[in-house]
Amino acid sequence: MLLGTIVYAIINSVILIMMSIGFNLTFGISGISNFAYGALYIFSAFSTYMLLQMVGLPYPVAALVSIVLTAAIGALMYRFILMRVRGQVLSEVIATFGIGLAILEFFRYLGFVGVEYALPVFIDDSFMIGEVYVDAQRLIIVASSVVLVGLLWLFVHYTSVGLAFRGIAQDERTALTFGMDSDWIATLSVSLGAALAAIAATVIIPLGTISVSQGYDVLINALAVSIIGGLGSTGGVIVASLVVGFAQRFTDTYIGSHWTMIVSLAAILLVLVIKPSGLYGKQKELEERI
Amino acid sequence: MKKRKERIDRGIKVRSEDIFALSSWREMLYFAAPRVIPVAVFILLPLVLGDYWQRVYLSVAVFALLAISWDILSQSGMISLGQALFFGMGAYCSGVLNHYFGISPFLTIPIAAVVGGAICTVMLLPVLRLRGVYFSMVTLIIPLMLERVIEATKIFGGTEGLSGLDVLPSKWLEMYILVAAMIAALFGFRRMMTSDYGLVLTGIKDNDRSVMNAGINIYWFKIQALFIASAVGAFAGAMMTHVYRFVGMPVFALDYSILPIAAVMVGGPGSFAGAVLGAFILVPLSEALRALGGLRIVFYGVFLVVFVVGMPEGIFHFIARKYSQFERWAEVDK
Repeated sequence: MLLGTIVYAIINSVILIMMSIGFNLTFGISGISNFAYGALYIFSAFSTYMLLQMVGLPYPVAALVSIVLTAAIGALMYRFILMRVRGQVLSEVIATFGIGLAILEFFRYLGFVGVEYALPVFIDDSFMIGEVYVDAQRLIIVASSVVLVGLLWLFVHYTSVGLAFRGIAQDERTALTFGMDSDWIATLSVSLGAALAAIAATVIIPLGTISVSQGYDVLINALAVSIIGGLGSTGGVIVASLVVGFAQRFTDTYIGSHWTMIVSLAAILLVLVIKPSGLYGKQKELEERI
Repeated sequence: MKKRKERIDRGIKVRSEDIFALSSWREMLYFAAPRVIPVAVFILLPLVLGDYWQRVYLSVAVFALLAISWDILSQSGMISLGQALFFGMGAYCSGVLNHYFGISPFLTIPIAAVVGGAICTVMLLPVLRLRGVYFSMVTLIIPLMLERVIEATKIFGGTEGLSGLDVLPSKWLEMYILVAAMIAALFGFRRMMTSDYGLVLTGIKDNDRSVMNAGINIYWFKIQALFIASAVGAFAGAMMTHVYRFVGMPVFALDYSILPIAAVMVGGPGSFAGAVLGAFILVPLSEALRALGGLRIVFYGVFLVVFVVGMPEGIFHFIARKYSQFERWAEVDK
C-alpha cells in the first residue's frame, strides 16, 4: 500500500513536471506567460490523432510531425501577435488567453469529444516494482522526463542559443548590448515552450483519452506548479511538482480523492502567504515583490 | 510633401466644458447628450422589449456590472482572469442564505454583495504583494478549482446545485434594480476614478513604488479596490441567482470570466462607459449567434486577440474622439 502510493506519487509528480516545464521555461526566458499553453498541448494531441487516423502516418512520424507543427504555431503566435504587444502584461495575458480559448473551443465545436479520441500506448506491457504493477507507458513518461530535463540542462549550459536564453533571462538590456536579438530569443522561447507542451502531450495522453477540458486542466496544473515553485525557475518546478504530486497522491489514498483539488489550492495560497515569489523564485524576486 | 494628422478640440467642447455651458441650449445639449441619452435608453428599453429580449437585457446589465468590476481592477493594476470568482461567490452566498436560512431576497442580495466581496478579497489577499501576472494566474485558477471542490465534496447541493430559491416579487422590480445598479456603477465609478482616491489607484497601476514613496499604503488601497470590484461582481451574481431561482456549479464557469473581459476590450478599457458599451454589443450578439453553439466562445477568443492587437483603445474612445475633436491633415514643418 505505502510502496504503491509512493511509486504512483513519483509518477504523478513527473507528469506534473512534464506538464509545466514548458510554460515555466517560456516565462523564465522572455517573461511571456503563455496562457495558450493548455490549448497547444491539446492541439498537438489532436494533430497526432488526425495524422495517425486520417492521413495514416506511422505513429513515431505522426508524433514528431505534430511536435514540430506545435512548435511552429508557438513561433507564429509570437511573431504575428505577441510581438506587437510585447512588454504590456495586460495585453500579453489577454492575447494568449484569447488564442488558447479559440483553439480549445474550436476543437469542441468540431465535435472532438468522446472516448474514441485516444492515442495508443507506446509499448503495451507492465512491470512489477516490488509488489506494485506499473505499466510501461508510465515508466516511459518517467524516463523521457529525466532525459528531457537532462537535455534541457545541457542545452542551456553548453550551446550558444542556450546561453543567449540565460542571458536574456538575466538581463535583457545587457544581453542586447552583446548582440542577442531579444525578439528572436523570445520567438524561440515561446516555440520551445510549445514544443515541450507537445512532447508532454505525446507521452502523457496515451494514459487516457484526449478531451478539450484537459486543456484547461493542464493550464491550471502548470500555473499552480509554477506559482508554488517560483515563476521561471526550473529547479522550482521540479521541487513544486514533487510536493504537489506527493500531497495529491497521499490525500487521494489516505483522506479521499475529492480532497486533491483542495490540497493544490491550499498549497498555492499557503506558498503565496509565506513566500510570495515561490519556493525558488529568487531570480525575479526583486522585480515582482512590492 | 509630408503630412501629419492633427486633432483639435471642437470649439463647442472647449466652451461647454466651462461656465459658457449655460450660455446656449446647443452647448448645454452638446454637454448633456452623451450622458442623458444613454440613461434614457437604459430606462426606457425594458418597456419596448418583448419577454425574450427583456431576459437578454437582464444579462446585458449583469455582464455590464461584471465588466465594470473588471475595469476597476484593471485601472488599479490588477488584471483579473476570473470574474466568475466574484460572480459565483455572490451567487452562492445569496443562494445558501436563502435556501438554508430562508432569508428574503431583499436581505440576501445586499448581504451577499458585502460578504461575497469580503470572501473574495480575503482569498486574493496573498497575491496583492506581487505585481505582474500573478494576479491573473491566481484569479484564473481559483474559480476553476472551486468548481471541482463543489463537485467533489458535494457541499451546497454539489453538482445538482440549489434550486427553487425565492424570487423577487415582480420582474419589473428585478429589471429596474439591475438597471439602476448599472447606471449608478457607471456614473459613480467614473466619478470615483477622477477623484483623488481614483488618482491613487491609477498611480498604483502606473508606478507603485512612487506611490509608496508618497507615503501611501498601497496594499490598503489595493485591498479597497479589490473589495469594491468583487462586491460589484458578487451583487451581479446574487441578483442572477434570484432571477434564475437556481445556484450551482455553472456560476463558476469560464463564460462569466471571458465575456466581461471581451466586453471591456471591445468597448474600450479605462472608462467604464466602454465596458457598458461592450456588454451592449457582445451579449445581444451572442444571443443572435446562439445557433452557432460552441463557436460563440471561439468568437470571443478571436475578438480578444483582434481588439488587443488591432484596436487597443476600443470602440468607446474612438467614438469619444470623433465627438469631441475634428481631424485634418496638416503639413509637416520644414
